[in-house]
Amino acid sequence: MNSSIELLRNRLTNAVEKIGRPIQIMEVCGTHTVALFRHGIRSLLPEGIRLLSGPGCPVCVTDQGTIDTLLELAQRSDTLITTYGDMIRVPGSRTSLEKLHRPNVRIVLSTDDALDAARKNPDKTVVFAAVGFETTAPATAVVLQQALAEGIRNFTILCAHKLVIPAMKALLEGRNDKIDAFLCPGHVSVIIGSDAYRPIAETYHRPCVVAGFEPMQILEGIARICEQIRSGRACVESVYQAAVRPAGNEIALKLLEEFFEPWDGPWRGLGRIPGGTLRLKKQYEQFDAVKRLDITPLDSPEPAGCMCGRVLCGLVEPPSCPLFGKICSPNHPIGPCMVSTEGACSAWYKYRGR
Amino acid sequence: MCLAVPARIVEMEGDRAVVDAMGTRWAIRTTLTPEVGLGDIVLVHAGYAITKVEEEEARKTWELFEEIARLQEQQTRPPEASQ
Repeated sequence: MNSSIELLRNRLTNAVEKIGRPIQIMEVCGTHTVALFRHGIRSLLPEGIRLLSGPGCPVCVTDQGTIDTLLELAQRSDTLITTYGDMIRVPGSRTSLEKLHRPNVRIVLSTDDALDAARKNPDKTVVFAAVGFETTAPATAVVLQQALAEGIRNFTILCAHKLVIPAMKALLEGRNDKIDAFLCPGHVSVIIGSDAYRPIAETYHRPCVVAGFEPMQILEGIARICEQIRSGRACVESVYQAAVRPAGNEIALKLLEEFFEPWDGPWRGLGRIPGGTLRLKKQYEQFDAVKRLDITPLDSPEPAGCMCGRVLCGLVEPPSCPLFGKICSPNHPIGPCMVSTEGACSAWYKYRGR
Repeated sequence: MCLAVPARIVEMEGDRAVVDAMGTRWAIRTTLTPEVGLGDIVLVHAGYAITKVEEEEARKTWELFEEIARLQEQQTRPPEASQ
């Protein structure tokens, strides 16, 4: 094990020396962010490689307006809110789902449980907070299909599912064009397939390497990236072939295409990204919580002083935020990157930047 | 949030299954992976199998989880107990 780490470090050092300039590699996956810290991978890298945490944590990239809309829905007497646990502590402009202490807010472990809540509470309109990237979105589509088949009419979603490729493009097209390469998310890639990154490699000439979450595999991924940059190549590689196929999970992709369409929805810190958010197709509008409950989606400003937006673009590291560790900490989070255990701020706080 | 964990299918009926990972069992659905069967190992995310994986790959992840749990236990143990 140690000798293979040494081998990898040598490969990295050689590549970095030959590249002759500092390089910036962005990971777009909250699970990678945490794994890089937890396994001390950052401290193993030679000088000259900088790792940036990108917009890869679904809770972190959900805009303030969507969170406030969810909070408003939770304060009605005719709704039952179902949400993954990750969302419960995220502060809206005035409160959070947790602080509301409402009996009509329920944490679910899967969309199946959310649909079940609709079956058991026919007098309520159940709203499922549909957040998450392509890994998570197919589970929403499965229960929409089921609700349709069973004729369940009181099940709705507040749709904020995000797509990773448009976000990568948006970063390169201006928000942060200093990114040299991407370490691509393992489990998003199980769904979208490694071929999905080809436009990033081919049009924008940035190496894209898909990796799982095992420390040696992440290091191997970083080494492959450095070797591509050294030899002037930009292509898609995968070091996670055990789970990721070039075409992804075609059943899941077909389901997404059946129910959703991409639109230019808002992201925290990145603004509106062309085709970066999923919304329900017109023929499935009956599942749209906003339309069914006749509310106006809110458009709220981000918390004053909070730099989550710049953190998500990889423009600053969390300690550069004036709130970091002072008034914003995991126990008193101001921005979502501190709330989510996969957020960059939370990881920096917990591991002190190691 | 996009983490999926490997688990073995130990019961199955239609697209509903029970999986086991390191002794923990829970109910999942296999709607997105109709090709899987009893005894197969799948990556499970938010209650759904998203792909089939081989035993060796799963074992690496399980060992890693065990190691992380052990380290976390060491870190949270009071100093005198860690001597």
